[in-house]
Amino acid sequence: MARAVTSQRKLINTGLAWAIGLLIFFPILWTILTSFKTEAQAIASPPIFLGFDWTLENYGVVMERSNYARFLWNSILIAGGSTILGLIVAVPAAWSMAFVPSRRTKDILLWMLSTKMLPAVGVLYPIYLLFIQLGLLDSRAGLIIVMMLINLPIIVWMLYTYFREIPVEILEAARMDGATLKEEVLYILTPMAIPGIASTMLLNFILAWNEAFWTLNLTAVNAAPLTAFIASYSSPEGLFFAKLSAASTMAIAPILILGWFSQKQLVRGLTFGAVK
Amino acid sequence: MATKASRSAARLMMAPAVVLLLGWMLVPLIMTLWFSFRTYLPLRGGDQGWTGFDNYVRFVTSSAFWPAVQTTLVIVLGVLIITVCLGILLAILLDQPMWGQGVVRILVIAPFFVMPTVSALVWKNMFMDPVNGLFAHLWRFFGAEPVSWLSDAATPSIIMIVSWQWLPFATLILLTAIQSLDSEQLEAAEMDGAPHLKRFWYIILPHLSRAITIVILIQTIFLLAIFAEIFVTTGGAFGTRTLSYLIFQRVLESQNVGLGSAGGVYAIILANIVAIFLMRIVGKNLDN
Repeated sequence: MARAVTSQRKLINTGLAWAIGLLIFFPILWTILTSFKTEAQAIASPPIFLGFDWTLENYGVVMERSNYARFLWNSILIAGGSTILGLIVAVPAAWSMAFVPSRRTKDILLWMLSTKMLPAVGVLYPIYLLFIQLGLLDSRAGLIIVMMLINLPIIVWMLYTYFREIPVEILEAARMDGATLKEEVLYILTPMAIPGIASTMLLNFILAWNEAFWTLNLTAVNAAPLTAFIASYSSPEGLFFAKLSAASTMAIAPILILGWFSQKQLVRGLTFGAVK
Repeated sequence: MATKASRSAARLMMAPAVVLLLGWMLVPLIMTLWFSFRTYLPLRGGDQGWTGFDNYVRFVTSSAFWPAVQTTLVIVLGVLIITVCLGILLAILLDQPMWGQGVVRILVIAPFFVMPTVSALVWKNMFMDPVNGLFAHLWRFFGAEPVSWLSDAATPSIIMIVSWQWLPFATLILLTAIQSLDSEQLEAAEMDGAPHLKRFWYIILPHLSRAITIVILIQTIFLLAIFAEIFVTTGGAFGTRTLSYLIFQRVLESQNVGLGSAGGVYAIILANIVAIFLMRIVGKNLDN
């Protein structure tokens, strides 16, 4: 029996949920709106919500003065590079753990998880020192490696939970029908594994994009991604709310859009399959 | 089914991930341990030799230590209480039938995707600025004196910023857990005339207990390590210096690597205590 829901109750739920949702979203909305104001309108009292002269001027100023494109490019390279590198390492590992499990598989998975719990600040100096010695400080390659390593446990875990859902019976049936190993991998496993791999990619791209400990501490100029670009706005200089908003909007827009596609995977990826 | 050959192939496929993570864990860990027993001031004489447990004692007896522990506890507990309580309420609300559920979900989750430096700076300037911030406008509108949030109420302000970032995470996980609740059970209770509060207390809350535990554990591990939010707002001033920020300052700002490393070892031990509980739950789940 379906629960009888009066439309009055549904109306109240809707109103309440939308009000709270908008309240939570408000800081982002306000930032986006402010990015289209002039500096004077951005600090006008009382604040102007929509009735201002929309302008793109701030975006132009931000692009010009801080070389936004380079920061963006670094973010893409670091987040993308570390995700791809992580997948190359993690796919075989997760594959073998899911399809050829041994007695130690569980221990290895939990141990991998434990490396994710290592507080970054506890190993800050060793990494800093190693980076200096190896000439990796402020280099994209160095950051790609670090991002890959800190996200590797999550990548392995997510892939493992996805691969485990692929029914082994299908493989056996294919073998009965005389499929070769190559056909098996190419026509049966790959199509079933691709959605899982894609979701893993998406979530890890987001996590690497937003990471703000190593990216702030290991970069200066050349390899600095958008997290550092925004941090450079932390000391105010005259009127800067609209420019700050424009810079912020540019830094979060790509990931907000990607993020909306990855809600479901978020739960799986961040709880290590413990909540489904 | 697995033959000897496929077993060794499996081991080979696992090797790169295992070796990389082993190196990532052991090399810095051993270095941190090594530095923590030495007097090491990179800018003032370099490595000056063995000091035993001196750094460990100095770290906990310094005047900054206990305030940092207190700040860490206040921030972690504050954010946990806010995000878990509001997260439960929000998850229950979002589980109700309504129009535009998908859109509301997106609105609620959005803060999680905002990079920490952006959310900290947006809150600091556009909302908490004592002259031009939105809160200042609001306060003046009601005839009150605007508050200098990040200097007069710095710790609560940071709790608020961090809670805003983590509320989506708690809500999303609790919502996923609620949706797996057997609705027949709830309907039966409803037909038996159990009031809302009782249904919440005896059916929903017990069902959520595992998800709540997981939210608390995962958030604790991340919250113990928050960095960017403090770095761009107060820089550790006004009583917002947490344990991990204190270690960061010792290592990179005052360049006392020995002392900072000893602090790092404490932080690693602390995180591991929390991690053990998390791993136990996750491990149990793997068996099924």
